[in-house]
Amino acid sequence: MIVDKINTEDMFLYYSSKMALNNISIKIPEKKVTAFIGPSGCGKSTFLRSLNRMNDLIDGVKIEGKVIIDNINIYDKNIDVVTLRKKVGMVFQKSNPFAKSIYENVAYGPKINGIKDKSQLDEIVEMALKNAAIWDEVKDRLGDSALGLSGGQQQRLCIARTLAVNPEIVLMDEPASALDPLSTAKIEELIVQLKENYTIVIVTHNMQQAARISDNTAFFYLGELIEYDRTKKIFTNPDKKQTEDYITGRFG
Amino acid sequence: MIKSFRKNIKGIVIEGITLVSALLIIAIVIIMLTVIIIGGKDQLSWEFLTSFPTDGMTKGGIFPAIYGTALLVIIMSIAAVPFGTITAIYLTEYAKENSVIAKTIRFAVRTLAVIPSIIYGLFGLGFFIKFVGAHIDGAFFGGELKWGQPNLLWASLTMSLLTLPVVIVSVEEALKTVPQELRAASLALGATKWQTIRKVVIPGSISGIMTGTILAVSRGAGEVAPILFTGAAYYLATLPGLGDQFMVLGYHIYVLTTQSANVDQTLPIQFGTTCVLLLLTFILNMSAVILRYRIRKKKTN
Ligand SMILES: Nc1ncnc2c1ncn2[C@@H]1O[C@H](COP(=O)(O)OP(=O)(O)O)[C@@H](O)[C@H]1O
Ligand SMILES: [Mg+2]
Repeated sequence: MIVDKINTEDMFLYYSSKMALNNISIKIPEKKVTAFIGPSGCGKSTFLRSLNRMNDLIDGVKIEGKVIIDNINIYDKNIDVVTLRKKVGMVFQKSNPFAKSIYENVAYGPKINGIKDKSQLDEIVEMALKNAAIWDEVKDRLGDSALGLSGGQQQRLCIARTLAVNPEIVLMDEPASALDPLSTAKIEELIVQLKENYTIVIVTHNMQQAARISDNTAFFYLGELIEYDRTKKIFTNPDKKQTEDYITGRFG
Repeated sequence: MIKSFRKNIKGIVIEGITLVSALLIIAIVIIMLTVIIIGGKDQLSWEFLTSFPTDGMTKGGIFPAIYGTALLVIIMSIAAVPFGTITAIYLTEYAKENSVIAKTIRFAVRTLAVIPSIIYGLFGLGFFIKFVGAHIDGAFFGGELKWGQPNLLWASLTMSLLTLPVVIVSVEEALKTVPQELRAASLALGATKWQTIRKVVIPGSISGIMTGTILAVSRGAGEVAPILFTGAAYYLATLPGLGDQFMVLGYHIYVLTTQSANVDQTLPIQFGTTCVLLLLTFILNMSAVILRYRIRKKKTN
């Protein structure tokens, strides 16, 4: 049985008075990879950020409608954003490791959660790095600065850092857009592995990527969700003309 | 042809004038330093730095003035650095950029920065001594004059007000060098705002914060006006505590050059003291410059 992990209902988002998301209703299944595609500026990142309330950091953002995760509307007044973000992790477009050691980057989240025991931290760090498929490359230099890693390694480290908090959902905003093909391939392979344990939502402007790794694909255009279906269906036989035009490269 | 020749001359003259003024600056610095160093170099000795003045301050060392200056800047920093840092944190991390409160605070900081230092001295006298000090005496010492008079504490606090804008502005600058993406990364991991500030923002800007502190200290070390009425002493035979008046390098120079019984006789000590004060501010400023340079280098990497 497919369980809906995230469920938005009639969601609108405004930057000051400018509408950026127009009536989005979508059900995102658990332990699957869901891809958001669409031309740039159509609201993919905005929508992704509204799933862990990172939009709260932007002045003048107003949200209407519901974003339900595990039967709870995360925009309810009594929701603790900090707890929410532990459950819904995020990997950013530009890798953003802290100016700390590789180890400290991954241990950051667990430490914030109050884990102090050294052996327990070691274990979490190792697991996270293994899950992010970077353990073999860094296991001998955990104490080195994370800033000395290559771009692709930094991004996998950021994924490890997110996994170390033990989230249920991982949001990724074009996580491979700044990487070379080899690193991109590694990240894609990793994402497919991760869906075994995590619900993955990924924004990508690379349609081959969406086709390769996702189970479902949502096509956004001008702040609206135009079409949402099985990835196979979207890429072979979309219902909407706009979707077809976009995936065949006629615009965007 | 003639016109362009004239133009040419004009250009040369203008360039010449600007060059001369620029060279003049170098000359002023060189002359100043040469005079002070030549005058003071024979005076500088371990003895001079570590002994008390003797013979009506015409001989001996300047130890109490160095000691007083050190205590002054330490207490001043203890007051100004945390207060200034917290204010800067509020401005960069909490206040909305264009909110009325942030704008008002920034205006107040700019105003503080341009108030002449003698006014700080008067304010310190009126507020810390006549108001706070006098009330402490009234409340705890039955009106006996203890804290209602100039002393090291009030002078240091007055000085901390003077250096506060320097701290706030440089800490703010340092905090702004921490990329927004790192704050986002931390928050997305479920850190609270305060955890993010404590574990990402402050560690990422610590050298900038130190630069600000050093700049503030070096500003405070050289100022005399704010402590004239609030604690500086002409001469003391013992080392001061918090509630005592104290000797300080800048004021000591003033005393030696204007108030001494025999000004000519104190000339070597004047030069020596000036050398020490100059060296102190120079070292402080150099370390601030070096720190700043290292931050820039780190940032561009
Ligand atoms: N912080 C912001 N403030 C105001 N407008 C924004 C902000 N971020 C994005 N927008 C606007 O919202 C729309 C959607 O942007 P975004 O979600 O970044 O699109 P995408 O990720 O699909 O390229 C764009 O028109 C963009 O200009
Ligand atoms: Mg985007």
